[in-house]
Amino acid sequence: MSHATHAAAPHGSRRTYLIGFLLSVVLTAGPFWLVINHVFDPQTTALAIIVAAVVQILVHTVCFLHVNTSSEGGWTLLAYAFTAVLVLIVIIGSLWIMYHLNSNMMPMMGSGMDAQP
Amino acid sequence: MSAETVPDTTFFVTEEEHHDAGGATLLGFWIYLMSDALIFATLFATYGVLSGSFAGGPSPREIFELPLVALNTAILLVSSITYGFAMIAMQEGKLGGTKAWLAITGLLGAAFVGIELYEFSTLIHEGATPQTSAFLSAFFTLVATHGLHVSFGILWLVVMLVQLSQRGLHPENQRRLMCLSMFWHFLDVVWIGVFTFVYLLGVL
Amino acid sequence: MFDESVIKTIFGRLTWESFPVHEPILLVTFIVVMTLGLGIVAAVTKYKLWGFLWREWFTSVDHKKIGIMYMILGIIMLLRGFADALMMRAQQAIAFGASEGYLNSHHYDQIFSAHGTIMIFFVAIPLIVGLVNYVMPLQIGARDVAFPFLNNLSFWLTVAGALLVMVSLFVGEFSRGGWLNYVPVTNLQNSPDTGPDYYLWALQIAGVGTTLSAINMVTTIIKMRAPGMSMMKMPIFTWTALCSNVLAIAIFPVLTGAFALLMLDRYVGTNFFTNDLGGNPMMYWNLVWIWGHPEVYVLVLPVFGIYSEITSTFTGKRLFGYSSMVYATVVITILSYLVWLHHFFTMGSGASVNSFFGIATMVISIPTGAKIFNWLFTMYRGEIRYELPMMWVVAFMLTFVVGGMTGVLLAVPPADFVLHNSLFLVAHFHNVIIGGVVFGLFAGMDYWFPKAFGFRLDRFWGKVTFWGWVIGYWVAWTPIYIVGLMGTTRRVNHFDDPSLQIWFVIAAIGAVIILIGILAFVIQIAVSIINRDKLRDTTGDPWNGRTLEWSTSSPPPAYNFAFTPQVHDLDAWYDMKDRGAERPVKGFLPVHMPRNTGAGVILSGLAMVLGFAMVWYIWWLAALSAGALLIGGIIHTFNYNRDYHIPADEVAEQEDARTKLLAAGA
Repeated sequence: MSHATHAAAPHGSRRTYLIGFLLSVVLTAGPFWLVINHVFDPQTTALAIIVAAVVQILVHTVCFLHVNTSSEGGWTLLAYAFTAVLVLIVIIGSLWIMYHLNSNMMPMMGSGMDAQP
Repeated sequence: MSAETVPDTTFFVTEEEHHDAGGATLLGFWIYLMSDALIFATLFATYGVLSGSFAGGPSPREIFELPLVALNTAILLVSSITYGFAMIAMQEGKLGGTKAWLAITGLLGAAFVGIELYEFSTLIHEGATPQTSAFLSAFFTLVATHGLHVSFGILWLVVMLVQLSQRGLHPENQRRLMCLSMFWHFLDVVWIGVFTFVYLLGVL
Repeated sequence: MFDESVIKTIFGRLTWESFPVHEPILLVTFIVVMTLGLGIVAAVTKYKLWGFLWREWFTSVDHKKIGIMYMILGIIMLLRGFADALMMRAQQAIAFGASEGYLNSHHYDQIFSAHGTIMIFFVAIPLIVGLVNYVMPLQIGARDVAFPFLNNLSFWLTVAGALLVMVSLFVGEFSRGGWLNYVPVTNLQNSPDTGPDYYLWALQIAGVGTTLSAINMVTTIIKMRAPGMSMMKMPIFTWTALCSNVLAIAIFPVLTGAFALLMLDRYVGTNFFTNDLGGNPMMYWNLVWIWGHPEVYVLVLPVFGIYSEITSTFTGKRLFGYSSMVYATVVITILSYLVWLHHFFTMGSGASVNSFFGIATMVISIPTGAKIFNWLFTMYRGEIRYELPMMWVVAFMLTFVVGGMTGVLLAVPPADFVLHNSLFLVAHFHNVIIGGVVFGLFAGMDYWFPKAFGFRLDRFWGKVTFWGWVIGYWVAWTPIYIVGLMGTTRRVNHFDDPSLQIWFVIAAIGAVIILIGILAFVIQIAVSIINRDKLRDTTGDPWNGRTLEWSTSSPPPAYNFAFTPQVHDLDAWYDMKDRGAERPVKGFLPVHMPRNTGAGVILSGLAMVLGFAMVWYIWWLAALSAGALLIGGIIHTFNYNRDYHIPADEVAEQEDARTKLLAAGA
């Protein structure tokens, strides 16, 4: 039983953990540095930190969560990809719908609905 | 379909079989984490929609303290690698090492939660309460839900330490540690979203 | 002297006025329920069945017993939900002009809210989960589900939720906010009463159960299929169960999140869905409908699977277009996550958003249509046996297609602006849910009942049930379509235009015909139990079935299969019969099984107490039960002794009995 559990379970080596850690240190420190020191204009910074976040999420997924094409016969990866799509649908869909709602129904409010009485 | 090949006439498995229950647990737990990810997606979506609704209250730029967030992020990141070392110790069959690394991870987690609570109490003292505006409601709820998850993870860690002391690296305990590992690293991934989309983009 | 604040600390906002003793309808209902309940308790005590029920059923982790308990829960709640329906139909049939009817709007609002909530969350879901629980592990040749204890816990959490809804009938009030507890009606300032809190706590507790159950089922299907059963050799019902449960995992977290935010609004004073301080009520609608639309597919997909199994069995043919059926199911699963806005086209998101969701909605009808053709082609040139399950299939196809077409009509945004919140919409979703889900559940119960109990259901009373439901459905809902098209709105307890009354009277007659169907169903079960020896099936395969659940005895032994089947074909059992597979009669081995546990009942009981305490602001009790829940959960993890082996001679004993039965039957 015990070795069966071992064989089926995805696990990383010290090396993958360290690589993951180093990468994520860079990918975390970078965005903080960019924002605190106003290195670029806000739009570029926003783009850069979003890209860094996506890359870091992938790094964590591979190095810490050990998701790969072979673990659990690919089901882990399939579930992960499916969830990623759903997460994007929920967030982007909601933002899209609510943005259009606000701009159609309350055009005088500008970007949001701040300063309601 | 099978008619083309030589027909196989074995219809029953008549030998003893070994069910790999551990594998089912890990996959099941993974699927649970996916559902948890969707709870966070809901909170992120709500935060996104309400992030401009200040209702006369403070805006992110006025209240977020990036150095504190950076410290907290660093702590969580380090706790990630220490949990990784605990797993490696477990794979090598070292009970003492596993427990030591787990304890360090738990302490780091507690520091994270402590700093978060400190941040919250400062905000509330400044008058930026969850009741002030929709933006603050969404902010507190999203960050506190993550914090609650971390707290739950710490509780689980403590229980695991007790169970490791009682039974050592029992296969069942190893399986649970692997689940907790996924949980802990999953919370890291969520935190990447929090510090990027809430804190960093908020103060831009 | 008892200080008022002391009483408030002990009882929260619970007072004598919380008990609706001044409402004659509720008082009578309460007396009837209590009499029935006490009668059952007395009977169980008299025959000393408590120990038996506790050991063999309540604490059971056997997927078959849990499945049956889910079915019983669903049927009991159906009676409650249908009583609400009859009350609404009666009110709308008489409340015209000067007549106010017998329900004021305060009560009427609670009744339609409770009706919708109960029918979806505590009737449809338990019945679907029950069937999946019972049938799916048998179909894939497994001995239980992946997490047997979790299965038990999921069931009892659902029961806890159902009980909270029932308690709201007699202690306090239920929500008046519709079946999804809509803001702004349910904001604290508009509903300071207990109604929305009952709703939220009941559904959060039951929702956790549903999510856990879905995770369990998906893991079971992925991990525990019999050797040889590749994904494309999986029975179609298992496929639809997989997609339905995947979808449930994808949507229930969103509902949990939305409800949690509303709870924070109501308990903590946050401003998510409020009308001031930046809150946005429409965000609640957005979130609950991200759950809401896929939910109908969570319900209807397994039912499509049931229809497929039945069509194939009773036409004696392999299912036409199996792979297209699988792809259609997967496509529906994904598309259903992209259509939620069609529930609020009128909200005002504008042309671009509405067009996207309108088109996505219409696209869904394509895979659904493909399924209808598959069933028709399966039947084409088949030797159709019109047993009860098959009758439901035919009624479903005729009824459901109409509902599908009115759905496509509503998917057109300009048309929806006219029909939004009209009775036309109400008729549409009753058309697809009754004509699709309910008919399918009855078909499934008629089909698998002999597997679960070893005897068939009575045919005559089954036919009465069938005609009661089918005729009743059409008589009740056609007039509602008509008045809806003329512009009558939903959720109204009184009408001014007397020319509409005739339609509501016809609808009420239809509801009574459905009542005949429901009563006939109860009689059908009773008559079948009485005549069980005449209806007995000793083969385990009464319908000449095609999938693995028919290869074992009826009812199956605790371990389902003495030897795990080896699968070579999509219709595995048909293939085994076709090629003369010999059932092994000796060499039995001990079977590894999970042990029963009372933890599920205890934890769910605590969850229910927590919910009740929170509804009534009894903070000390809430803290106590929440703490107990946490500690109870932790204590449960210290139990490492969770399985045992059924000894080989016990297996041999049961299998020998079956060998004798089969020999006697042959």
